[in-house]
Amino acid sequence: MCQQPTNDAEKQPSLHHARRNFLKQTSALTALALAPSVVMKAAEKKLDEKAAGFFEQKTLNIEVNGKAHQLSVEPRATLLDVLRENLHLTGSKKGCDLGQCGACTVHVDGKRVLSCLSLAVMQNGKKITTIEGLQQGDQLHPMQEAFIKHDGFQCGYCTPGQIMSAVACISEGHAGTDNEIREYMSGNICRCGAYPNIVDAISEVAKKGGSRD
Amino acid sequence: MLLVKWLKKEAPVINFDYVKPTTEQNALTACKDPLAQFIAGGTNLVDLMKRGVTNPEKLVDITGLPMSNIEQKGDNIFIGSLALNSVVAEHELIKKHLPLLSQALQAGASPQIRNMATVGGNMMQRTRCGYFYDLSMPCNKRTPNSGCGAKEGYNRMHAIFGASDKCIAVHPSDMCVALAALDATVLIANGKLLRRVPFKDFHKLPGSNPEKDNNLLKGELITGVEVPINAAFAQHSLYTKIRDRASYAFALVSVAAALEMNGKTIKDIRLAMGGVAHKPWRLTTAEQFLKSKEATPANFKQAAMLALKDATSYGHNQFKLTLAPNTIVHTLHTLAGI
Ligand SMILES: Cc1cc2nc3c(=O)[nH]c(=O)nc-3n(C[C@H](O)[C@H](O)[C@H](O)COP(=O)(O)OP(=O)(O)OC[C@H]3O[C@@H](n4cnc5c(N)ncnc54)[C@H](O)[C@@H]3O)c2cc1C
Ligand code: SF4
Ligand code: FES
Ligand code: FES
Repeated sequence: MCQQPTNDAEKQPSLHHARRNFLKQTSALTALALAPSVVMKAAEKKLDEKAAGFFEQKTLNIEVNGKAHQLSVEPRATLLDVLRENLHLTGSKKGCDLGQCGACTVHVDGKRVLSCLSLAVMQNGKKITTIEGLQQGDQLHPMQEAFIKHDGFQCGYCTPGQIMSAVACISEGHAGTDNEIREYMSGNICRCGAYPNIVDAISEVAKKGGSRD
Repeated sequence: MLLVKWLKKEAPVINFDYVKPTTEQNALTACKDPLAQFIAGGTNLVDLMKRGVTNPEKLVDITGLPMSNIEQKGDNIFIGSLALNSVVAEHELIKKHLPLLSQALQAGASPQIRNMATVGGNMMQRTRCGYFYDLSMPCNKRTPNSGCGAKEGYNRMHAIFGASDKCIAVHPSDMCVALAALDATVLIANGKLLRRVPFKDFHKLPGSNPEKDNNLLKGELITGVEVPINAAFAQHSLYTKIRDRASYAFALVSVAAALEMNGKTIKDIRLAMGGVAHKPWRLTTAEQFLKSKEATPANFKQAAMLALKDATSYGHNQFKLTLAPNTIVHTLHTLAGI
């Protein structure tokens, strides 16, 4: 869905043109054979121009886990896809891709959000923290330690999202009681049902006076 | 190679232009194209685009406009349309003067979504009717005159008030139910003048054109909402939301209630319901009935019966005919402390 990052903005126009022409010359058959629904739809609607526009890129400056990046992304790329595909930060998980599970939770300018419903272009100039950015050197974040100690996971798929959400839950001041933790962690679904242990982990970190972000 | 790599991947969204204006005027101009749409938090629009329900050719990102302020203006609280749902819910002015709005917002979606969702986007969010999202099914709202999959289908979440032959969907917002109860006003910019629309007239019933959810005209921009301060209502208000799980689910039914008491007598009252109609549903008949009456279980029951007078069900949502009045009575009991 997204291209590899192109750090050299200068190269953009020519690359761009080459791709545009390439796409225009590609026979409809090839497109049909490879058949992503969107190309079919574009072809049906005779939206050649729109299909060619797939490669229209925008410059995106973001800081991820303290490191500045200049990327070139399509407007339709989500932050989740850019993190995973372009920056190879695969800690943030794609569960539902529709805002329903919380597996893709990251912090944008210190606030927890769903990266699957965030367009990457809209994050220009922002600071992103992912699960990979929580630890300091070899030292795990207290919330990561607590999840291990309390067995806050089984398969682990929801865990990065749970931990990002848990850190925010405490910094927002919503970890006062177990019930409050449950309510403010309700945006993170765990199919393995590790909920009681997740609540224990968060509650312990909250009682110890919070967490480092 | 790149193309092949890309083609193999799921590519659900047709690409589009993206612009980010910094002034209201530029935003309005940029959104004049027929297939241009504003985007704010993106929590509804990006979802709809991924599923192919909406295919804009241009997104006009309005998050660079100065529209996120929350302030007291005379006897009103003004809330900018870009104020985040989480920020509004926890804002001191809102908690003090409009606790009903704060409660309704907290009951919606999840903390992550509330950190992205804006007031304007919340008002404009589309129905969660499953057939609306399913491109293989007929839906008059998505594709005018294709039929309504829900009427004879699985309509457990659907309307009991004000539906039409064409559409029986509900508006899914919690926030809007509180704003309708509190007699808010919507402020709308169209480049010429600032239009003011009473909140209860902002959303519309499906009628013969369910493709339109509300009375906003194409290209108009919601700049904010104004909510009158009412000290009595601030003391006595409650939002009750009934859903399939304890949190992070849309309402089956919800009730927003605000009371002004004079001893045991109800001096003034506002009642609205969510999850029951194509718009936040004000219970004006029940309000009229309860005014100047004593806050008693019998009166509450009578009011709930009056409120349900025009209700109809479509099969799977029949349970709402019982759940709705029970929720009204429960909310009023709790609020009146009886
Ligand atoms: C899993 C999930 C669960 C949810 N649960 C709930 C719930 O329980 N209760 C609830 O109430 N909501 C719920 N929501 C919906 C959520 O509240 C809305 O998606 C959100 O409020 C939309 O706001 P936004 O800023 O993200 O809008 P966007 O997605 O950016 O925009 C939505 C629409 O509004 C238009 N728009 C935005 N701002 C303006 C403006 N200023 N003027 C004119 N048009 C504008 C856009 O063009 C677009 O058509 C849920 C959403 C998800 C994904
Ligand atoms: S109820 Fe409305 S939204 Fe749902 S299928 Fe029928 S027309 Fe579409
Ligand atoms: S992947 Fe984002 S919420 Fe499920
Ligand atoms: S640990 Fe398996 S989904 Fe949560």
